[in-house]
Amino acid sequence: MSDLLRRYGWPITLFMIGTAAIWLVVMVVLPALVMVEYSFHPNLPVTKRGGPEDYYTIANYAALFRGVDLATWTFPNDFKVFVRTIWGASLVTLVSLVVCYPIAWHVAKVAPPRRAALMILLLIIPFWINEILRTFAWYIILAYQGPLNAVLLGVGILEKPVRWLSGSGGVIIGMTYAFLLFMMFPLINAIETLDTNQVEAARDLGAPTWQIHRRIVIPHAKPGIAVGCIMVFVLAASSYIVPALLGSPGTRWFTETIYVWFFEGQDWPRGSAYAFILLTLCVGFIMLVMRVFRVGLADIAK
Amino acid sequence: MNRLTGADVLMRVYLGIFFFYLLAPLAVMAFATFNTSRFPTVTPWLGTTTQWFVALWNDRQMWQGLRSSFIVGAAVIAVSVPIGVAAAMLLDGVHKRARSLLYAVMVSPLLTPGVIIGISTLVFWDRLGVKGGLHLAVIGQSSFIIAYVMLMVSARLQRFDRTLEEAALDLGASHTQVFRKILFPYLRPAILAGAVLAFFQSFENYNTTLFTRGTETTLTVYIASKVRTGLTPAVNALALILIVVTILFAVGYEILRRRQKAKVAAA
Repeated sequence: MSDLLRRYGWPITLFMIGTAAIWLVVMVVLPALVMVEYSFHPNLPVTKRGGPEDYYTIANYAALFRGVDLATWTFPNDFKVFVRTIWGASLVTLVSLVVCYPIAWHVAKVAPPRRAALMILLLIIPFWINEILRTFAWYIILAYQGPLNAVLLGVGILEKPVRWLSGSGGVIIGMTYAFLLFMMFPLINAIETLDTNQVEAARDLGAPTWQIHRRIVIPHAKPGIAVGCIMVFVLAASSYIVPALLGSPGTRWFTETIYVWFFEGQDWPRGSAYAFILLTLCVGFIMLVMRVFRVGLADIAK
Repeated sequence: MNRLTGADVLMRVYLGIFFFYLLAPLAVMAFATFNTSRFPTVTPWLGTTTQWFVALWNDRQMWQGLRSSFIVGAAVIAVSVPIGVAAAMLLDGVHKRARSLLYAVMVSPLLTPGVIIGISTLVFWDRLGVKGGLHLAVIGQSSFIIAYVMLMVSARLQRFDRTLEEAALDLGASHTQVFRKILFPYLRPAILAGAVLAFFQSFENYNTTLFTRGTETTLTVYIASKVRTGLTPAVNALALILIVVTILFAVGYEILRRRQKAKVAAA
């Protein structure tokens, strides 16, 4: 504080602290706290708020699990949606990692510099294009009378067209496409910093390719893998537009459930509770990955 | 050049498939603009036309959405840039232990899902009697876009030579003069890049806007609603225009960034 004052003087120091406080307190911390507080209230009309019926309750959280019966293996709808979201986001993360790793390795270490630069340009362009447009592109491709069915029918792989947009398949395909590059760039950045001599030394000593990757490249790329997994999982778990465009009513995503509670069910406390559950899921995943890969926050926000 | 091994060939095939997978969907979306078919597709090709650009031009909702997006984007710049710069300077000035805590709080909005930021903003301001609308979209978006600006300015600030500041102070310059004549000019490229990034992030935002917009429609909300109800290739025409603008934008941004990097390397 005294250091700040000496360096910047009163007016600028006050401005700095004041604006940063407005941001962190009024725009970040308080809204989150108010949302959590709100989620422990029953859903009441404005006139009854603060009255005798307004008490703290965990009913909005319990609602997600009400009706879960392991004995008969029956699950209520919201719970199914929640599990589908976790499962789907995990699958998208895993597929992205597997698809991106060889490309990232090639771009970072194998390709000659000029070709690598061209490939990075080709990766950057779709990366900058809006998520909605990338999703919309797959909406056209996967349509019943769309080009994918036309090509597969024409080549003779399919006998009759497939309804790609009626299961979870379309959502997973679209999400992988929409978020895959958030895995690619952290991987490339991490692998680029590896000292190529290490790889060559291992090769000279007779290590097969898979051993080189397992023992040298992957351990070195850990921070990149962690960042990529975190980005893709959080984006996928909290995506609204991809399931909204590429899914069907039977394949709802948890974000859609939250939206429905807010704007169709008019039950904001329930929506807030579900939002907090989603946030907990994402934070839990981030902490898990940070522990498993032993990386810090500064590695992630680069 | 060595002989190609089986693994090399496999890798090349994989690269080919991957880049086809990455770019073909965008090409299909772009080409569908020129098909006369009422549903956007490239199969079957019913005839080549530019009528969908005309249809897009005559769509009043599109213009309104575009206008809203520009208003929100400009407001987000006005909010995020000063706060982002101030936050970066504060982070740079505090002691080490406080810094890591402050840093964690400041980057936390970047790891928070956009829908959650939208919801918490909506609930918080509703408590204060403020309903959804463009103003709330600005607040919601800014809460994480400030963090982007802060990171960009921080990166440049870390390489700032503080002796310049001290010399100026010793020679009798006021604090405001030091900021205006030394620190600000030094930070200007990062501030400019931050402003560009802030506008872009705001313009393409959907998740946070969805919950805070009230009954207003930004361009992304317009696109999403058009795809679900009333889809024609006019949406593709808009997509094509946005892709072209995005590419110009991305190339410009990269050039700006590299020039800055080269300057640093040269310095």
